[in-house]
Amino acid sequence: MSVNADQVRHVAKLARIAMSDAEVEAMVPEFNNILGWVEQLGEVDTDGVEPLTAVIDNHLRLRNDVVNDGDCRDAVLKNAPDAQHGFFAVPKVIE
Amino acid sequence: MGELNIKTIAQLRDGFRAGEFSAREIAEEFNAAVEAGRALNVYTVETPENALAAADAADQARQSSDLKPLSGIPLGIKDLFATEGVDSTSGSNILKGFKPPYESTVSGKLKAAGAGMLGKLNMDEFAMGSSNETSAYGPVISPWKRNDGSNAALTPGGSSGGSSAAVAAGMAPGVTGTDTGGSIRQPAAFTGITGIKPTYGRCSRWGIVAFASSLDQAGPMARDVRDCAILLENMCGFDPKDATSLDLPVPQWEAGLSSDLKGKKVGIPVEYRIDGVPEEIDALWDKGVEWLRDAGAEPVKISLPHTKYALPTYYIIAPAEASSNLARYDGVRYGLRESPEGGNLDAMYAATRSAGFGAEVKRRIMIGTYVLSAGFYDAYFTKAQKVRTLIKRDFAQAFGECDFILTPTAPSAAFGLNEKMSDPLAMYLNDVFAVPASLAGLPAMSVPGGLDSQGLPLGLHLIGRELDEQGILNAALAIEERAGFTHRAEKWW
Repeated sequence: MSVNADQVRHVAKLARIAMSDAEVEAMVPEFNNILGWVEQLGEVDTDGVEPLTAVIDNHLRLRNDVVNDGDCRDAVLKNAPDAQHGFFAVPKVIE
Repeated sequence: MGELNIKTIAQLRDGFRAGEFSAREIAEEFNAAVEAGRALNVYTVETPENALAAADAADQARQSSDLKPLSGIPLGIKDLFATEGVDSTSGSNILKGFKPPYESTVSGKLKAAGAGMLGKLNMDEFAMGSSNETSAYGPVISPWKRNDGSNAALTPGGSSGGSSAAVAAGMAPGVTGTDTGGSIRQPAAFTGITGIKPTYGRCSRWGIVAFASSLDQAGPMARDVRDCAILLENMCGFDPKDATSLDLPVPQWEAGLSSDLKGKKVGIPVEYRIDGVPEEIDALWDKGVEWLRDAGAEPVKISLPHTKYALPTYYIIAPAEASSNLARYDGVRYGLRESPEGGNLDAMYAATRSAGFGAEVKRRIMIGTYVLSAGFYDAYFTKAQKVRTLIKRDFAQAFGECDFILTPTAPSAAFGLNEKMSDPLAMYLNDVFAVPASLAGLPAMSVPGGLDSQGLPLGLHLIGRELDEQGILNAALAIEERAGFTHRAEKWW
């Protein structure tokens, strides 16, 4: 499979990365180079092979359903580029 | 005093305890070495006051006989670890100025064990790179030079390039690194030091900026095998805050060190002899086999048939996980924000991420987004996870015939800055020997074996069974004793 500029633009949109036309054009061959290289996995017979889900066997732990964190609003907001009235502030979403 | 900065952690610890020097003297000497080495661009933040405070606490503890395992030892911490109140930026512009209000579990454990912090270490942006050249702070310069008089600036490897250069240049006796696909082992090999990545789950990932969560593991880098054992003991352990943390006791790896390998079998994988690797690397590998035989181990040929598919598998899985993990950098909660005039929330996200991420990080986020997108998920991501199952199975079968595996760490010695940046695939090939063990979650380490004809260090790579860090530490110790690697980069900075 290979991608064209429109597809790269679409991926950039999904990834929320603004890209100029020049950047998109430059990425097309790089993208195809990498995709062409990883496609050698097609040579491997994986019929009946389960995809790996946990690299080292482990069990999912459960904890008691009680509050064990919180009351640290100021610490949470401390690094925000814009915090107002105890909230993260962002550009207007709804006009 | 002098020369404290080229001692091992064990020598510093034992000398400090015996009263030969104070912790303050150690910290002052390393602080001075950090300052004198700024030309190498090793540290992104220097914290001399932190190292001194820990040293003074250690000197007091010595008086009251209240010593901790790492009392008196100052360390460098890779910038990927969140350190409370100290800039933690993962080598990225998008996190510039981020001062975490919390401490990562691993760095917190080291501090609780008495260690001081010299500063934060430069690294490839979000640990994506093999040469430290993708860092927003600029590349680290290796203390090593070729012996041809060319004076070319070399890479210390990556992504833990600040970490490896710090130890090699005597700017820290030991450091933390992280390894997703070789980021501890390849830089260790390039700089003539020792580094170990433990079994996935041994070190808590909590507070370590996530790159590829199913692969990321922290580990120590230091001058020798014993120092790695000392640091590893103080980094590992169960952490309820990491869902993949292993709830197991931490072995006493230092006390367990033994280079007697009688009865052990060392596996030599035929698939790791690949085209294009310099003859002297294969020759060092053969020498490593002889050293292990001399220590009592029996070499056996093994096969890991899916080896050649490990890198392409990795370059699907790691970018996929990265694209998901790095979604959090959106200009809302921390770090950089770019708001185009009159733009909405979406425009703010896109502008922030465009301005904040470097080229390699963008490339990987894009690849990862693509392989996870509707219509391509099964063809790429699921396929890669199936091949990963086969790679893991290869190792399980091989460990039916041997106790540990010996290979070269990297397919070349350190290369020059700018030599590989224009070709992402050539850069990725650096980790060809390191990536398979990462995909299988196995413990693996690099130990110096010798110098090549250019006078640059080469490493040997040991891969162990799940949870058998002791096995590879012991094999590495046997190599260390026989290789007699005492070379150091000549000080030019």
